[in-house]
Amino acid sequence: MPTTPLAQVLKMRHEAISRLFDAKFKAITRITVGSATCENAAGANPVYDRFVHLFGQNKKPGVALGRVGCAGRCDLEPVVTVISKGKIPVKYVKMTPAKVDKVFESHVLGGKVVEEYTMEHVAGLRQFKKIVSVCHGAGCIKKNLGVEKAFQDAITELGLGDSVAVTRSACQGLCERGPVAFVYPDSTVYQKVTPEIAKKIVEKHLHGGKPIAEHTWSGKRLANRFLPIYGNVQFFGKQLRLTLRNCGVIDPENLDEYLAVQGYEALGHVLTNMSQKEVIDAVTKSGLRGRGGGGYPAGRKWQIAYDQKSDQKYFICNADEGDPGAFMDRSTIEGDPHTILEGLMIGGYAIGADKGFVYIRAEYPMAIQRLEKAIADARAAGLLGKNILGSKFNFDIELRLGAGAFVCGEETALLASIEGSRGMPHPRPPYPTVSGLWGKPTCINNVETLANVPVVIIDGPAWFSSIGTPKSKGTKVFSLAGKVNNTGLIEVPMGTTLREVVYDVGGGIKGGKNFKAVQTGGPAGGCLPESTLDTPVDYDSLAAAGSIMGSGGMIVMDEDSCMVDVARFFLEFTQDESCGKCTPCREGTKRMLEMLERITAGKGKEGDVEKLLRLADTVRKASLCGLGQAAPNPVISTITHFRDEYDAHIREKKCPAGVCAALVTYTIIADKCVGCTACARKCPVQCISGAPKKVHVINQDACIKCGQCLLACKFDAVLRK
Amino acid sequence: MSPKTVETTTAPAAGELPEHVLKFIEQTRLLPHPESYLIAVLQMLQKHFGYLPAKSLDTVSQLMQIPSAKVTGVATFYHFFTFVPKGKHTISVCLGTACYVKGAGILVDRLKEMLGVEVGAASKDGLFTLEVARCVGACALAPVVIVDDKVYANVKPDELVKILSKYGYKPK
Ligand SMILES: Cc1cc2nc3c(=O)[nH]c(=O)nc-3n(C[C@H](O)[C@H](O)[C@H](O)COP(=O)(O)O)c2cc1C
Ligand code: SF4
Ligand code: SF4
Ligand code: SF4
Ligand code: FES
Repeated sequence: MPTTPLAQVLKMRHEAISRLFDAKFKAITRITVGSATCENAAGANPVYDRFVHLFGQNKKPGVALGRVGCAGRCDLEPVVTVISKGKIPVKYVKMTPAKVDKVFESHVLGGKVVEEYTMEHVAGLRQFKKIVSVCHGAGCIKKNLGVEKAFQDAITELGLGDSVAVTRSACQGLCERGPVAFVYPDSTVYQKVTPEIAKKIVEKHLHGGKPIAEHTWSGKRLANRFLPIYGNVQFFGKQLRLTLRNCGVIDPENLDEYLAVQGYEALGHVLTNMSQKEVIDAVTKSGLRGRGGGGYPAGRKWQIAYDQKSDQKYFICNADEGDPGAFMDRSTIEGDPHTILEGLMIGGYAIGADKGFVYIRAEYPMAIQRLEKAIADARAAGLLGKNILGSKFNFDIELRLGAGAFVCGEETALLASIEGSRGMPHPRPPYPTVSGLWGKPTCINNVETLANVPVVIIDGPAWFSSIGTPKSKGTKVFSLAGKVNNTGLIEVPMGTTLREVVYDVGGGIKGGKNFKAVQTGGPAGGCLPESTLDTPVDYDSLAAAGSIMGSGGMIVMDEDSCMVDVARFFLEFTQDESCGKCTPCREGTKRMLEMLERITAGKGKEGDVEKLLRLADTVRKASLCGLGQAAPNPVISTITHFRDEYDAHIREKKCPAGVCAALVTYTIIADKCVGCTACARKCPVQCISGAPKKVHVINQDACIKCGQCLLACKFDAVLRK
Repeated sequence: MSPKTVETTTAPAAGELPEHVLKFIEQTRLLPHPESYLIAVLQMLQKHFGYLPAKSLDTVSQLMQIPSAKVTGVATFYHFFTFVPKGKHTISVCLGTACYVKGAGILVDRLKEMLGVEVGAASKDGLFTLEVARCVGACALAPVVIVDDKVYANVKPDELVKILSKYGYKPK
């Protein structure tokens, strides 16, 4: 009978692995089908069912089928990954049941990859047998003198150019071993690489097939878990996945799989070897800051909650994720729910709380269901409840569902909502850490903040703080959306530039259009133009550039987005979500919205922009909570960076991007029109005239600007301007 | 002047609440801070009826011993709750940032026209309620439209007729 909590966790892992062994991990080939809100929307369920059906008919030993959370390539879903030992994982994208039949027949049974369905093929990338990825993080690059070139040269010299590619990776947290280089699919990590060693690696390993043991690093880090399912260097290369370390790797509904990847080991370690104070010190030393938007140091918050004397304390995980355009927390919970529970328990232990809540949006049914299952499984395994792992530490977790109010993400409003009241903010101080839920000391952290806690404990605060910038440590998850090629869930080390995110990870702008702005921080953030793309992603740099880090929504806009309309959109959102408690926010945002509506309707007047700025200043300074204080940000940042668009709307009554309906005109380009009559037949007010096979013309006076003609024309002859 | 407390002088019209909700309320009585489950109870009712009938709110107030002003206050504060019956199917267009940037506004306009309703209302035949949502977390697939529980990704205006036809929509 193991005595310490840690020994018990290790025993549980051992048992979990032996249970899984036959089913999954021993399998020579593992097939995983993505399963998350986004994957299922894209049609993952029928794909999975088809595999199940085929497996039922054909038992093939050594092949395991599983479901995993979202690995991030949302634009290519549903994704099926086939991982065979020693080969680069094959990712099949945009799968359908019919494609499954072919993959099963050819690849699973016959061992032959179906090239045309692979990510590389669909995305137009080349397939390589081996990939060398040289770290381009700040730590390595200082010492990386000529390593990349040495790899290139040696590869060319040996004529391996067709089968081996050299790419760059983001900081992988191995700076003290740098320069480092990774070889895939072997997942070999070479440390302290010099040009000479690089040459040797090419000769012996890439050419000869034998890794050079004396130069490899064989340590283990949670983040490295992602290496084996690495499939697309361009998308994943600049990423470092700490929070998302298990997303897309393990089955989120199976506790055994979480245990197998060192799950609950941090909890076991904390309960066995660390005092409350030591846990807090570790989190403080790691430099972990809150990921919910504010960036408050997590360790300091825990310390304050710990210092309070009280018979009852609470720990809350904020999973309200109200920012429209953000899905990081949803994906994290859907992909790895136990991590959140583990982080929450460690936090509870540290501050002396025995009750935890997860406050989650009702709009996330799948995340809720997975959390419910995770809580039930953890409880059944003795990981949650009374006397956890025999440690005398009691902790239980309850879910509380939001009911669609953005302001409830604000911590004091969240408390009111859990208490069953209207979710209206209270003035602070007192801060929740002093007087929170039912007046008791309460620590509130975001999902992503908590997901980092097990990493800090297992890999150590010193290591954690080696990643990132001096004041922003670790990584940040973003939900990358809008007009980029690769939309999805990404995680990059702090300090990565916006340009790298948009162009390297995001693959640039869709359809070869021009970049206009990137929006971070949602309704509380700002739009940053081209000139700021070299800003590193960290709390302070983004704030200095006129936006905020926010919780991680990142929306890319191209030349077709109107910045005045975007400002109006965000203000409409905050206006609608304002709880109405204080006047500057309630009335101020309303007046600002009215002005923006006038401008976008072509009724703007000279001086409106100045008025907007003046009002923005008042709202910012006088509002009670963060919602009102930040509401003017999108307006201010678009005026700062895109003043010319405001002027065009106000002075010329033109919307340069062609978005604002009242200001656009539809015209038919005579050169392109073939006279097919399609537009005229669709126009609801019959204002398009022209005989068949003759150029058509729109009567501008009658046109109601519905856009039907633009959609109808197959010859790109209708121009919206 | 003290506000009148809600006395359960008349027996609560328990029949107006479904069995599982009554049971849930019963259970919360044994827990600390039973009043904090008000939102959860309202959510169950909304799920059961599709909206919050006025009478059921009175019953909740009585059973949970929460002033009815507070129950109404909470129910009206959160966007999730509605007070008018819904159509058989709920169409929800995401108007989050990502969807908006990708043209979800056009989808709403088109649906209004197709169904002849404003946002929040049910179509005359009682078949559809049109709603807008704030980011459903599927931004990478923007724009998205959700009918009941099914999420449709990358929806183009022209596809709306086809999608709604699956739920009995007949083009005019
Ligand atoms: C209007 C408003 C909305 C917010 N929404 C969220 C949210 O959805 N999720 C979140 O974690 N924090 C949100 N916050 C921040 C929280 O108030 C709080 O700072 C955070 O949960 C603390 O956790 P952290 O220190 O781990 O970031 C919001 C703040 C404001 C003012
Ligand atoms: S700033 Fe806005 S949301 Fe915050 S308390 Fe005031 S009215 Fe409510
Ligand atoms: S925008 Fe609409 S009203 Fe105007 S010409 Fe085109 S179809 Fe006709
Ligand atoms: S649909 Fe296009 S090509 Fe055909 S008549 Fe209209 S503008 Fe001309
Ligand atoms: S903005 Fe529509 S799903 Fe996020």
